[in-house]
Amino acid sequence: MYDKSVAELSQGLREGQFSSLEVTRSFLDRIAALDGNLNSFISVDEGAALRAAEDADRRLAAGDATALTGIPVAHKDIFCTEGLRTSCGSRMLDNFIPPYDATVIHRFKRAGAVMLGKTNMDEFAMGSSNETSYYGPARNPWDTQRVPGGSSGGSAAAVAGRLTPAATGTDTGGSIRQPAALCGITGLKPTYGRVSRLGMIAFASSLDQGGPMARSALDCALLLNTMAGHDPQDSTSSTVPAEDYSEGLDRPLDGLRIGLPSQYFNEGLDTATGERVRAALTELQSQGATLVEVSLPNSALSIPAYYIIAPAEASTNLSRFDGVRYGYRCQDPVDLQDLYSRTRAEGFGEEVKRRILVGTYALSAGYYDAYYKKAQQVRRLIKQDFMDCFEAVDVIAGPTTIGPAFALGAKIDNPIAMYLEDVYTLAVNLAGLPALSLPAGFVGGLPVGLQLIGRHFDESRLLHVAHRFQQATDWHLRAPDTIGSEAAR
Amino acid sequence: MAIKEDEIEKIAELARIRISEGEIGQVTRRIAEILHMVDQLQAIDTHEVEPMANPLDANQRLRPDTVTEDNRRDSFQAIAPATENGLYLVPKVIE
Repeated sequence: MYDKSVAELSQGLREGQFSSLEVTRSFLDRIAALDGNLNSFISVDEGAALRAAEDADRRLAAGDATALTGIPVAHKDIFCTEGLRTSCGSRMLDNFIPPYDATVIHRFKRAGAVMLGKTNMDEFAMGSSNETSYYGPARNPWDTQRVPGGSSGGSAAAVAGRLTPAATGTDTGGSIRQPAALCGITGLKPTYGRVSRLGMIAFASSLDQGGPMARSALDCALLLNTMAGHDPQDSTSSTVPAEDYSEGLDRPLDGLRIGLPSQYFNEGLDTATGERVRAALTELQSQGATLVEVSLPNSALSIPAYYIIAPAEASTNLSRFDGVRYGYRCQDPVDLQDLYSRTRAEGFGEEVKRRILVGTYALSAGYYDAYYKKAQQVRRLIKQDFMDCFEAVDVIAGPTTIGPAFALGAKIDNPIAMYLEDVYTLAVNLAGLPALSLPAGFVGGLPVGLQLIGRHFDESRLLHVAHRFQQATDWHLRAPDTIGSEAAR
Repeated sequence: MAIKEDEIEKIAELARIRISEGEIGQVTRRIAEILHMVDQLQAIDTHEVEPMANPLDANQRLRPDTVTEDNRRDSFQAIAPATENGLYLVPKVIE
């Protein structure tokens, strides 16, 4: 049961081959058996999941089901869930039980999906290895001594380990795509504003975007159908109409022009990973796509621009965590200053504090023009590079990461090395574009990802290209076979 | 120009984050490394480039100035560290 895709489960539920209760139980059993080893969940709400499954079975029986009715889904612990602790991977919110649902959560509930629980993540989504989580790192199911990537590492590990058929993630600089690549699953970061940010705990508001993580492009499309659409309660939510993203995925690729930026195949890329990515591109070429060399000349500047803009926005967003209205409060504060500064010193982890300090510095009087304004100008240059490329090509493709999953502990003490992990993903967020990572093969038994970048609101095309690739390959169907035996060890 | 410990102390005060004396050296070194990395932007010619705050260059939408939310003070205060008579409690500010 646990090896079925969302599409297969959806069909089986409608045809009465099995009930949502049976499906949900099988995933809850798998979580109970294996998550001690993977640590991919922060909270599992078994009672609520079983009740939601029973409700879904009634809807299915009544013929009132959507494509996701009765399908188990895990949500990144950044999405507020009414009545269920939402920690954002932080001690600051370890005791936070939201009084409302995020719009994304509301939409999944309305569709009849079954929430299994909340997945592990880097603290406040700041990290690329899941190691900054207050709850300890999630582990990569392909090798539990390696990171699953981050920040949506728990979601990626849970999908890859078949602990859930699908999950949600968020992507501010690569946090859906990089863990999807390192865990061998498919993950889509939609266009900025495509998915509502209401109730999605803010990190960098001009970059954050929620999206689906699942085994295949088809499954991601089914999830995006539920997630996407205008939300009047999010003032940055787009009014561009959402589409049926599962429509037309089978049509041929003839005439598709794929741009390959020279900057994404440079000396920083692991050789074997580059070979897998090129082989994947050759497969797309054999299906009728044309490969075109393109250039993103300002691509390398995405790291410095991002590490000003994201911390600046984070320092502002995270000022709300002050120990007064909700969340952690330090013991016995002597005065208000002490309450604020000790609550924040004790409630936030090192990386989060580091970014708040960098952001505060970049926004402080006398430095604003040199840092923040400068970064916003470079941001426009980076976006313009993409716009120029999209004059000549329909999709831009390259590796998602510089190599496969690295060992736990390898980069956590070197922030700059960790930041470089996202060298191929950051620019997409700065430009607000949609991008998808899909499994492209293995290097030394570890998955690597192919990244597809599209024009604004061109999610359909990315899903189409990915689906066609997955019709001809089976990388996305491979499952790690070691977690069971390791758990028993 | 590497950032100094006293500048980090000032920033930490603005950010309301206590940094202990034992930590300040390490925190300063790490932040200096990050600022050194981002300093490569200074070499880029951005003359007459308009800063971009929103990737779609979208503006904030306005809505009619009418009440759209119910009063949910009780449920919001149920998760607060300390409240009394509908107010949030903090240490005494004025003697």
